[in-house]
Amino acid sequence: MMDKPVNNRAWFLVLPVLIVVAFSAVIPLMTVVNYSVQDTFGNNQFFWNGLGWFQEVLESDRIHAALGRQLLFSAIILAIEIPLGIFIALNMPKRGFWASLVLVLMALPLLIPWNVVGTIWQVFGRVDIGLLGHTLAAMGFDYNYVNDPVDAWATIIVMDVWHWTSLVALLCYAGLQSIPDAYYQAARIDQASRWGVFRYIELPKMGGVLLIAVLLRFMDSFMIYTEPFVVTGGGPGNATTFLSIDLVKMAIGQFDLGPAAAFSLIYFLVILLISWVFYTVMTAQRETP
Amino acid sequence: MTLELRGVSKEVAGQAWTHPTDLVLAPGSMNVLLGPTLSGKTTLMRLMAGLDQPTAGRILWQGRDVTGQRVQDRGVAMVYQQFINYPSMTVYDNIASPLRLQRVARAEIDRRVRETAAMMRLTPFLDRRPLELSGGQQQRTALARALVKGAGLVLLDEPLANLDYKLREELRAEIPRIFEASGAIFVYATTEPEEALLLGGNTATLWEGRVTQFGPTPQVYRAPQDAVTARVFSDPPMNFKPVVVTGGEAALDDARWPVDVPDGPYTAGFRAAHLTLDQTPRAIPLAARLDATEITGAETYLHLLHGQDRWVGLVPGVRRLAQGPLTVWLDPAHVYLFDQCGRLARAAPYARAA
Amino acid sequence: MARITLDNLAHSYSPAPKGDADWALKPMSLTWRDGGAYALLGSSGCGKTTLLNIISGLLHPSRGQVLFGDRDVTTLPTADRNIAQVFQFPVVYDTMTVRQNLAFPLKNRGLPADRIAARVASVARMIGMEDRLDRRARGLTADAKQKISLGRGMVRQDVNAILFDEPLTVIDPQMKWELRTQLKALHREFGHTMIYVTHDQTEALTFADEVVVMSEGRVVQAGTPQSLFDAPAHTFVGYFIGSPGMNLLDAQIAGATAFVDGTAIPLAAPYAPSAGRVQIGIRPDAVRPATEGLPFHLVRVEDVGHHRILRGEVAGTPFNVVVPEGEPIPAGFDRIALDPARIGVFVDDWRIEPRERAA
Repeated sequence: MMDKPVNNRAWFLVLPVLIVVAFSAVIPLMTVVNYSVQDTFGNNQFFWNGLGWFQEVLESDRIHAALGRQLLFSAIILAIEIPLGIFIALNMPKRGFWASLVLVLMALPLLIPWNVVGTIWQVFGRVDIGLLGHTLAAMGFDYNYVNDPVDAWATIIVMDVWHWTSLVALLCYAGLQSIPDAYYQAARIDQASRWGVFRYIELPKMGGVLLIAVLLRFMDSFMIYTEPFVVTGGGPGNATTFLSIDLVKMAIGQFDLGPAAAFSLIYFLVILLISWVFYTVMTAQRETP
Repeated sequence: MTLELRGVSKEVAGQAWTHPTDLVLAPGSMNVLLGPTLSGKTTLMRLMAGLDQPTAGRILWQGRDVTGQRVQDRGVAMVYQQFINYPSMTVYDNIASPLRLQRVARAEIDRRVRETAAMMRLTPFLDRRPLELSGGQQQRTALARALVKGAGLVLLDEPLANLDYKLREELRAEIPRIFEASGAIFVYATTEPEEALLLGGNTATLWEGRVTQFGPTPQVYRAPQDAVTARVFSDPPMNFKPVVVTGGEAALDDARWPVDVPDGPYTAGFRAAHLTLDQTPRAIPLAARLDATEITGAETYLHLLHGQDRWVGLVPGVRRLAQGPLTVWLDPAHVYLFDQCGRLARAAPYARAA
Repeated sequence: MARITLDNLAHSYSPAPKGDADWALKPMSLTWRDGGAYALLGSSGCGKTTLLNIISGLLHPSRGQVLFGDRDVTTLPTADRNIAQVFQFPVVYDTMTVRQNLAFPLKNRGLPADRIAARVASVARMIGMEDRLDRRARGLTADAKQKISLGRGMVRQDVNAILFDEPLTVIDPQMKWELRTQLKALHREFGHTMIYVTHDQTEALTFADEVVVMSEGRVVQAGTPQSLFDAPAHTFVGYFIGSPGMNLLDAQIAGATAFVDGTAIPLAAPYAPSAGRVQIGIRPDAVRPATEGLPFHLVRVEDVGHHRILRGEVAGTPFNVVVPEGEPIPAGFDRIALDPARIGVFVDDWRIEPRERAA
C-alpha cells in the first residue's frame, strides 16, 4: 500500500534504548572480545595471544562433542515441539468459555521460572520419591536419569516439551484465529480434505508466526542451561553437557577465561548464523512468486 | 484561507509516489481528488495534512509556509474510509473530544456539539455508543468530529466507500450542504466519477501519482485535456477507436465528418451515453457486435465489440436485443480527438458549446 | 443443476423467538428456476446474507425447507450440496499457482487429469488469465484474485448453483465493468443457476433476470428489473431502486385525480377510495419543469454528466427531478408536470391497482 507513514524522527525515540543496549550488551561484549585475544597467568597480567584461543576452541574435541549434542538437542526439540504445537493449536476450541480456559491452562507452564521447572522435573523423575520415576520403576522399566544417558536425555527433552510447546501452540493459535471464516467455507465447497485445509489454508496463513516460533525455540533451546544443569548437572558423564553448560564449566569451573571468552564469541556467532539461515530460508520460501 | 502546493513531490525508496504537483485550493472550496486505487490520492492527502513530509516542494497555508509543521499545529481534520470513533464513548463525547483537547469552555462545547449533531442528523443518538449505530450513523459521527473543530482544511479519504449503496447516495447528497455550512476547504478523495460530479466544486484527476488536470468539475468532465483524464473521469469507461484524418475529414467505418485538425492518425473517444440505437440528424452509423446487454430498470447498457475494441453504450429504456451484429449511431458532436501522445487535439463540439 | 425452492422458510438466531423482531428472516416462499440469474438486494442487516447462508448450508433454518430439484437439502452440510460460492473478499489458496487454484475443486472430486486440464484451460480463457496460469496466487492484485475465485466457482460444470456474496466490493469502478461483463458471459456460456447478493442496485439489476428486494428480514418484492422500476409493490422498493429513488408525496385521491397540498394532479385511471395513509409515487425522470402544475421549490442543480438532478421541495417534502443532458432548464421555473402514466398510488406503503384492473 502507498499510505504507510515514513517519519525519520522516530529514530530519536529509539535512542534511549540504544544507549541502554550499549551499556548492557555492547560493552560487556567488548570485554569478552578483550579476554578472547589475551592470556593471563594471574596477578592481573595479560599477554597478547592473537587468535590462539579461537584456534584452540575450534580444534577442541570436547567442544565439538558439546556442539554435536547441542545441535541434536535443538533438532529434536524443534521436531517435536513445532508439529505438536501446531496440532494442539488446531484442536483448541475457537471461542467461548472453553477457549479462555484452555488458553489459561496453556499459558501456565510458561509462567514458571526455569530453575523451578528443573527442580520440579528433578524431583518428579526420581526413582525413590518422584511420581514419574517411581511409577516407571514400578511398571518394570529400568529408568534412571542419573545413571542412564538415554534416560537423562529423555527426561530433559520431555521437560522442555512440557515447558515450551504451549508457546508454539499459542503463537499458532493466534495465527489461526486471523483466518476469515470464508476460507473454511470455500474449502468445504471445494471439498478439500482435512489435510488440504491444513496444507493450503492453515499452514500458509500460520507461516509468519511459525517463523517466529521456530526462531524463538531454536535460539532458546540452543542456549539451554538452567534446566539440564538443575536436573542432571550435565551428566551422566558428559551426556547432557550442552554448549552453555560446557562454557560455564570452562569459565567458572576451570577459570579458563581466555578460551571461555573465545568460546562464547564463537557460540554467539553460531546462533546468529543459524538464525539468519533459518530466517532467510523461511522468508525466501514465503516470497517466491 | 488558501492551501497552496508548490512543486510538491514525494518519493519513497526511489519510487515517485507523487510527481511534482502544483495546486491552489481556494478558500471555502470543494475539491475532489478522483482516481483509481493506488493513483496517489491518499499520498497527496497525507502531504496536505502534514502527516508526511514532501521530498521536494513547499506547502503554503494562507500564504504562510507550513512545510514540516506538525499535524497537530496545522488545524486539519481528516475522515477515513473506516469508521473511526472512540468505541467506549457516547456519540456526544466522541464529537466533543477534539474540543476538550483544545480546552474549550464547557458551555461552548455543548453548544457546538449540539449544533454539529443537528447538522449531521445525529441529535437522537447523542447518548448511544458508536457500535450501536448503523454504518451511516457511525460515519456521520466521524464526520461530525472532524467538523466540530472548525478546522480550515477538512480531508475526506473515500469516506463513503464502506457504506451501502443507498446510504452512500443519501450522504453524498448531504455533503455539499454540510460543506457549504462549514466554510472550510474540503478535499474529497474518491474512485467514482459519479461521486465527483455529484459533489461539484473542483476536481483533480489523478493517474499513477500525477495530477492530470485540475479545474471546475463539469469542465474537467466535458473538456478533458488528455485521454488519461477522460478515461479516469468516465464510468462506464470511455470508448476509444483509432481514426485517420485526411483532407480535413475524420473517417470511422464508412462515415466521414469534417474536423479542424491537421491530417494524421488520432484516437477518437466518446462516452457510453452518446451512443444511440436510433438515428439522429447528424449521427453516423457504426457496425458493431452486441456481446451482452444489462438492464437497470430504467436504462440498458450495451456491451459492444467494434473490431478489436470493447465499447459500452448506455441507452434509455429497457431494450431487449439479440446478441450479434448491431448498428449503433454516434453524433460526431460528441467525439473527442486525442493525438498520438494522448493529448486532446479536438474537444467534442457539444462540450465547447456548453 | 437444479431448480431451487424455498418453502415457508424462516430463521431466528435466538433459540426461543418471541416477537417479530427476533426473526432475522420472516417466513418466505420462493422458487428459482434452473439456470436463472437471481439477485438478493437489500441494505446491510436486511437478512440477505442469512438467506444466502441457509442456501449454502452454513446455517440450518429454524423453519421450512430448502429443495434443490425435488431433493430436500435443508439439513445437508455445505460439502454435500454441490454448490459453488464467491465471497466478498477474494479467497485464493496463496501457495498454489493460478492453475492449481482452478483445478483444486476438480482434483478433490477425483476427476481424471486430462478432463481437469481441459476444464481449467477453458475457464482460464473465460476469465482472461491464460497468460498467468503458472504464477503463484500470492502477490496478485485484488481483482486478479477475485477473478480466480470466480473461475474456481465456474470450474465445476455440475454444480446446483453458484452463490455470489457481494463479489465486487473490493474492485475499482473501471474493473467492475469488465468483471460484470465476464460474469454475464460465463452465465450465458455455462448456464449455471446463479444467486447474487448485493446492496448495490446497479449490480443487482444488471446481473439478474429476477431481483428479490429484501428489507428487515422480509421479501418485499421479487420481479424483473423493469417491474421493480416501473411498478414497485412497496414504497421501500420505490425508494431503494433507482438513483435518486422514487419521489413520494402525501395525497388525497378522488377518482382519477390526486390532490397534493391542494393542487390537482391527473392520474391515468380512477382509484377506489381507501383508508390509511395515501401517497403518490413518481420517478424523477417522469417529471418535467413546467409553467403550470405542482409548485416546486428548486434548491440545487447537480450535473451528473449524462443528466442533471434538480433537488428541491414539493409541499415541504424533498423532491428530485432528472433532466437529460442537452435539455434546457427554464430559468426561474417553479412548477412541475408529472407524467400521469407513471404515477403509482400507495396505501400504507403498499401499491394499489386502479379500480378497473382491481375488479
